[in-house]
Parts: sequence; C-alpha cells; structure tokens
Amino acid sequence: MNLTRTSEKLQILADAAKYDVSCASSGGNRKNDNKGLGDSKANGICHSFTEDGRCVSLLKILLTNHCIYDCAFCVSRKSNDVQRAAFTVEEVVDLTINFYRRNYIEGLFLSSGIFKNADYTMERLLRIVKKLRTEERFNGYIHLKTIPGASEELIQEAGLYADRMSINLEMPTEAGLKMVAPEKSHEDVKKPLHFVNQQIQIYKADTKLIKSTPKFVPAGQSTQMVVGATPESDMEVMYTADRFYKDYSLKRVYYSGYVPIREDDSLLPSIGSQPPLLRENRLYQTDWLLRFYRFRVDEILNEAHPNLETEIDPKLSWALRNLHEFPIDINTADYDMILRVPGIGVGSAQKIITARRFGKLRTYQLQKLGIAYNRAKYFIRCADTPFLSKDWQPTQIKNFILGNSHGKFQKAATQQLSLF
Amino acid sequence: METYVFDDTLEGLLTLVFDWYNRKPGAILVNSEKHYQPSAFNPAYVVSTDAEKATRVATGLQKKLTNAGWRNFYCTFLSELPEAFQHLFQFAVYVFSDVENPEDNYGNASVLYVTQTARKVEREKHHQEAFIRFQQTHDGMYYAPVEPKYNVLPLIAKHFKDRYADQPWIIYDHQRRFGLYYDLRNLEVITIDFQKNNSDNLPAPISEETNEEMYQLLWKDYFKSTNIESRRNIKLQVRSMPRRFWRYLTEKQIY
Ligand code: SF4
Repeated sequence: MNLTRTSEKLQILADAAKYDVSCASSGGNRKNDNKGLGDSKANGICHSFTEDGRCVSLLKILLTNHCIYDCAFCVSRKSNDVQRAAFTVEEVVDLTINFYRRNYIEGLFLSSGIFKNADYTMERLLRIVKKLRTEERFNGYIHLKTIPGASEELIQEAGLYADRMSINLEMPTEAGLKMVAPEKSHEDVKKPLHFVNQQIQIYKADTKLIKSTPKFVPAGQSTQMVVGATPESDMEVMYTADRFYKDYSLKRVYYSGYVPIREDDSLLPSIGSQPPLLRENRLYQTDWLLRFYRFRVDEILNEAHPNLETEIDPKLSWALRNLHEFPIDINTADYDMILRVPGIGVGSAQKIITARRFGKLRTYQLQKLGIAYNRAKYFIRCADTPFLSKDWQPTQIKNFILGNSHGKFQKAATQQLSLF
Repeated sequence: METYVFDDTLEGLLTLVFDWYNRKPGAILVNSEKHYQPSAFNPAYVVSTDAEKATRVATGLQKKLTNAGWRNFYCTFLSELPEAFQHLFQFAVYVFSDVENPEDNYGNASVLYVTQTARKVEREKHHQEAFIRFQQTHDGMYYAPVEPKYNVLPLIAKHFKDRYADQPWIIYDHQRRFGLYYDLRNLEVITIDFQKNNSDNLPAPISEETNEEMYQLLWKDYFKSTNIESRRNIKLQVRSMPRRFWRYLTEKQIY
C-alpha cells in the first residue's frame, strides 16, 4: 500500500461518508469461533470521539465518491466540483483489518456513490465484505449500504456477510425528496427494505428449526432522514419514522441535522447557517420515548402540537400538557406511569419497582436512586411527601425547572444526547 | 472500635469476614494494609489470609447472591477505593443475615454503595475496552500500555482474548505494574522490568517492517476527516472521552 496515495483517498472518502450519522455497531453477535479476528457483541463500542463529539465506532468510508446522480443535498453529486477517488477492494480490506487489530474500530461501515449503475456498485461492495468474512476470517461488525435498484441476488448474498444493512430515506417526505432529488423516490427505498426484512424473517424462522442456518443481517436494518434541509414539521418526520419502524422492523432511524454544503442554492440552507442541532436532539429524544418509554407518537406530536418545543424536552412537554395525570405515588404507581415522570429514566424506574418491595420509599431514598429529583419532584409523591403539597401551574413548573438547569436547554449549541 | 486489617487481596478480605464471625467483636473498622495507619487508640486485628476460609465465604456469598450480585461484589473490590472494603464487609454481613434478595435492597447504604461502585468499575472496564490502542512491535507483538483508574485488567482479559485470538498481544498496567500476555493460545499475567533495560523483557520498538507508523498516520487522517467542523463540540468530546485517556490514544498524539 502506498501511504501518500491511500492517505489521499482515505481523506476524500471519509470526508464524503461522514454525513451519514449512523455510527452504531450494536446488535452484532458474531462469535470468534473460527480463531479468526474479532467478535461483535450486542452492545457496540465507541472507540473514539471526534471534536464534534460524535462517536467513532466504525471505519466509515465510501468505496467511491464518483456518482451518476445529482442529489442537491449531497457532496458527492455529479455536478459538484470535488476531487474524486475510489478505493480498490484490497485497500478497504487492508485498512479495516489493520485498524481493527489496533483496537481503533469495531468494524466497517461501507457506502458508495453510484458508479456506472446500481449492480456494478453493489457487486463491488459485495466483493469487499465477502473477502473480509471468508478470506480474512473477520468477525468484526459490518454495516453495508444497500444500493437501491441493485438486483435481489446481490443484496441477498451481501446480507450473508453484513451485520446491518441500511438505505437512507434522505428526506422525511416524498414531496421533500422530490424537491432536492427529483430522480429519487421513497418507493426505491421501500422495495429493498421490504426485501431484506422479508429475508431476515425467513432466516429467523429457519434458525428456529435448523440451528446451523447462516446469519442474515443479524443486526437488522436502519435508515436516515436529513432534517432541516426541506420544510417538514417534526410531526411529519416522526410519523414517517414511526411508520418505517413498524413496516420494516427497523432497528434504528437516524435524524441528521442538515449540514449546509453549498452556497449557490436557493433550495437549501446555505453554507454558514448552523445545522439544527437542538432540533435533531429533540427528535432523538422523541425517538427514545417511542422505543423505550412506551409512548405513542400521536401522544407527543399531533395536529394541535405539530412541532416539538425547543425550550424543554418532549417528555417534560408531554407531562406539562397532561398535569391531570400527576402527581403519581411512587410506591403504588405502575411501571409505565413511573417511566413517564420527567427526571426518571428506564434504569431508575426499574430500581424503584425493585426497591419498593422492601418497604415504602421515602424522599431521601429516592434521591439516591439516580433520578433527577429536582425535575421529578413536581410529578411524584413519596411515603413522606406532605399531604398538602402545592398545586403548581404548568408554566410555573417549567420556569422552576428551566431556572434550575442554568439555561442549558435554551442554548442552541447543546446537542448532547442527554435524555431526560 | 477494633480495626481489622487485611492484605489488599480478595482472599484476605473474605478471610476477614470469616474471622469476624468467629470472633464477633461487634462493629469494626475494615482497612487494607495499603491504607492502614496504626493508631494508639484503635486496637488492630491483623487478618492472616487463608485460602480455605476465603473459599467458604466466597461460596456462601455466591449461594445467596445472583451472578450479577457476586460480580458487583468483585468489581467493588477491584475499585481499590479505601471506603469500599468497609462497605463490602457490611454488605457481606447483610447478605448472610438471611434476608431475601439482599442485593436488591437499595435502601441499605452498603447495598447501594456496592451497586454504584460496581457500576463505576464496569464503566472503567468499558472505557478501557474502547480506548486501549495497540502498536505492533517489530517482532509482531501488539503492545498496549494502560493506566486504568481501577484495577480492571482481570475484567477485560476475556474481551481481548476473544477478540484478538489470532494475534499475540500484551496489555500492560503501568501503575499497578503487571500485564496480560496472550501468546495465541494462553493468557498469562506478566510483569516487565522496565528499569533493567534487558531487551528480552521489554516490548520491542515499533519498526518499518510492520508498517506500524503508516497505519498510525492513516488512522489520524481518518480521525481528522471524519470530523464535521460546523458541529464542533469539544465539551461533548471531552465528556465522552475524558482527557486522562488521551495520553495513550494514537489519534490524539501530535507528531
Ligand atoms: S445517489 Fe447518493 S451519492 Fe449519489 S448524489 Fe445522490 S445521495 Fe449522493
């Protein structure tokens, strides 16, 4: 391998791949039982964090940034004047293996611009993952992009080597997508998502009967939507996400605040405007509420509330709109209701359920269980809560909590995924 | 109050619990040799570590605890925090007091302490699994120096053995002065004498033949290129990857 040449390619093709925000290496379960290299466990590992605070888990690169399409939001679009490069199959394999051996990464996230046509591109991707698994006996994590329009045979075979596959919806609605990428449609995405999902279910059913059934995309599928490029409401974004979770049993939906990449465009926010990081954070919080806190999407977003509040997180927002459900008694309320209390996470909710079997919980015990008590206290009663506690108005509670958190939530730059 | 002093080993601590049941001097202070400072006012009882007694206490605890509960006990021990040993002693006594599911009663201060400390140790284990960086030396060995906050090498051994089954490696704890060595078949605990400058014993220098430097440079290229400048958020970076790890991170070296 030639250092200068490879280094140049790596810089171009990592730079072009970085707008895909998915970094997770979760859901893998490849055991190293062939005395090969690597294994992947259900919980992925972040091996580093870049200056933007994002997790580095996988070597995330494009095979090439040559592309026959011209999607307005994408740096690799045909009409963009950028340097182009393409890795060879060997280069990608070599980088993956050697980075992995040094504990830099959990595996590979491989995507690509469309080179010539869909099949030609998919075939290259397939050669890489096949070589990694069969020749190099690599058991690390592989996330592979499904190329829309590629033949089912190629997708099927790739699924035998990849842990996760994904195809991006790009824009949250068909109308939004048509604005920026007239050649694309959500239908092109649904077809392969459906095909892979179907195969996953078939292999799963077979595994129940025959233990030696090969793995097929064991970590499932994911997708990504860009938010803030086109004018969708939060409700449109989350309803699309909810539908895709259900229709294709997706493992994750990613929301990527649009990072402006061009100046010449009336369609898209231009360079210099901040990516909508706070909005992105609120969408992820909503996603969490759907997946782990047993909320229905229409409880959080509906015609009356089509957008998430920026000032406060969606869980607090829901609670303030539904004060008639509170305060709940920590010692008798059921798990689902405890989960809905602002300031109580999944872990502490489970602890509360366990600990209260030993006797009624009092305030000081609750404070020690790792909940955000200053937030939760407006919504709960403990064994020693005075009977006549004051009835606060939603706006008062909101102000108390905001005052308490030192303006953390007003600051648009806060983009951490601190969840409730 | 009498002080019980043990020799910093897990066996020592377990023997201590055994001896306390034999001697029953009521409430005691637990101290490890490393932290113990003799005092004229507190009489001390020095535990002499006994494998058989230790095993009996360990077996007893394992019987009354779930696997997770026993692991919490072990992890808390590995924290090496001075107050941990007192809590572990009280935790053990509480477990033997015949309550049901003792490890779930977070209302008990020592139960809560053990759960929370174990979580810190597990987090350190996870951090080490993430941030350890191997360098390939010219004899083909992958070498990683570390300085974990808690004594987590016993906890990470399996992870690295499973993962890097086809390469020889050493992970060396420079603070506690011992390491793990995997030779493609077995895992051994080793100590390296860095003072003696005896070259068989020292990790070999990195060399051109193995391309180590090339991969380090490529990794740094990658690390820079994958960053999105307009999303800059150093605070978040530092919170997720505390500065104490940077010293050993390839991508954070400037040269
Ligand atoms: S097809 Fe993909 S790589 Fe090509 S321009 Fe569109 S988004 Fe970019």
